[in-house]
Amino acid sequence: MISFKNVSKQFPGGHSVLKNIDFTIAAGEMVFVTGHSGAGKSTLLKLIAAIERPTSGSISISGQNIAQLKPSTLPFLRRKIGFVFQDHKLLFDRSVFDNVLLPLQISGFDHKLVTGRVNAALDKVGLLKKSKAFPITLSGGERQRLCIARAVVHRPTILIADEPTGNLDAAYAKDIMDMFRSFHQVGVTILIATHDATLLEKNEHRILQLDQGQIAA
Amino acid sequence: MIHAWLTQHWHVFVFTLKRLVSTPVTSLLSIVVIGIAFSLPAGIYILMDNLRAISGQTAGSPQMSLYLKLNASESDVEKIRQRLQDNAQITRFQFISKSAALLQLQQSSGLMDVTSGLARNPLPDAFVVNTHDATAETLEQLQTSMQAWPEIEHVQFDAAWAKRLNALLEFGRTVVLMLAILLSTAIIAVMFNTIRLQILTKREEIEVSKLIGATNSFIQRPFLYFGAIQGLLGGMTALCIIALAIHTMNEELTEIAALYTLNLHLQHLSTSDNISLLFFSTWLGWLGARISVATHLWQIEPK
Ligand SMILES: Nc1ncnc2c1ncn2[C@@H]1O[C@H](COP(=O)(O)OP(=O)(O)O)[C@@H](O)[C@H]1O
Ligand SMILES: [Mg+2]
Repeated sequence: MISFKNVSKQFPGGHSVLKNIDFTIAAGEMVFVTGHSGAGKSTLLKLIAAIERPTSGSISISGQNIAQLKPSTLPFLRRKIGFVFQDHKLLFDRSVFDNVLLPLQISGFDHKLVTGRVNAALDKVGLLKKSKAFPITLSGGERQRLCIARAVVHRPTILIADEPTGNLDAAYAKDIMDMFRSFHQVGVTILIATHDATLLEKNEHRILQLDQGQIAA
Repeated sequence: MIHAWLTQHWHVFVFTLKRLVSTPVTSLLSIVVIGIAFSLPAGIYILMDNLRAISGQTAGSPQMSLYLKLNASESDVEKIRQRLQDNAQITRFQFISKSAALLQLQQSSGLMDVTSGLARNPLPDAFVVNTHDATAETLEQLQTSMQAWPEIEHVQFDAAWAKRLNALLEFGRTVVLMLAILLSTAIIAVMFNTIRLQILTKREEIEVSKLIGATNSFIQRPFLYFGAIQGLLGGMTALCIIALAIHTMNEELTEIAALYTLNLHLQHLSTSDNISLLFFSTWLGWLGARISVATHLWQIEPK
């Protein structure tokens, strides 16, 4: 599903953030990416959605080489992916409902079906009652869940979450992890970046540990 | 598939209207600016059109005189009458027989004595012809073709008059064209800037949309609609301004016309002129938005 071959990333004028990364994630797998702050977790996730481009090496998503992707086909790659951004990237000028509606509008979903879809996604993250509220009125945990609802509403095959439990207390964090497990159970490929060690206790899934730009064994 | 595409466009259209209404003062101002910019060249254009119509009416529409050969027979006159009737360019014509011409000459010039002494009438039969079109070229063409008829001795018309009117109208056309180019450029610039400001305020939305898989055309669409709709509304404003101006002028003209026993009445823009103007203003608004979007959207890349 996702495969990195010899991928390196260096920002202009900076040091190498990622060095010769190699890994493969099978369809339906759930994988964690860990490492201290600044280890390059976010960069690695952004490479998958082609938000950042690798300096060298090749990345392929469902058999498609991202480096050779034309700018015009890039949007269609991103529609396969649901991304929970570290900084949420919610739109504060519109309601909770309209935030979740956006991915469906973008992929040109049938207008008769969207309301049901949006409500189902909001229900899943427990925000259905707040669908008319504006994101500014939501708590940190609620915003995180809104971001998850937006990432899954168009039923992507790959779900990527960057620090989805950052700054949340343990009870909230557990809720959110349960949510991801339920997506995993219906066959979604999931990649979660976290520096939160408690999240990985009693964890049965694969862990990619980033250390000094490389994957530690 | 097509249905989904249509509903998508319909939603963008409604969304754009809502956005226009949500900033009423700004929207109204740019619509009025576009309206005024359009009403100037379009107004001059319609005034010129009227000038042409009125000048034809007052100075008498362009007239030509056809003089037949002196030995022309009754049947020759009949032939020419038939040809004139068949010619679409000719609005009306009048036959003046040689005897009628002589009579008129005797009465008007007081040359009764001289002319009555003549052994035979020296004047030819003649037709006076009025044409549709006042341009010098069509008149000259008509002259050449009629000159070639065997029964005709000579065709005469006042070329200088037609040329003067023509030159004046030509000058007016140049003024309209220059104004139209200048003000169209201004409209594009206004739209360019309006859309630039909108893109700035929508920066976050554009970034997020790109991140979750929006195509460029999806992101552009609301801005292009916005430009086109403002252009259309501006064009409608221009039509209102022109209609109102012509209406006002007509009220005053009626009084003047009464003094001169003339039928002075300005015509409004034709339906096809109205439609062309609306299409053009819509297109200009769209173009300004298109250029702005092309200049500014690529600068927004999500990180
Ligand atoms: N756009 C950028 N330009 C320059 N340096 C960057 C950029 N993004 C990230 N970095 C650097 O790359 C390193 C890894 O960042 P990041 O992937 O965000 O780490 P993590 O998510 O593990 O905390 C950091 O040193 C950061 O400063
Ligand atoms: Mg990070």
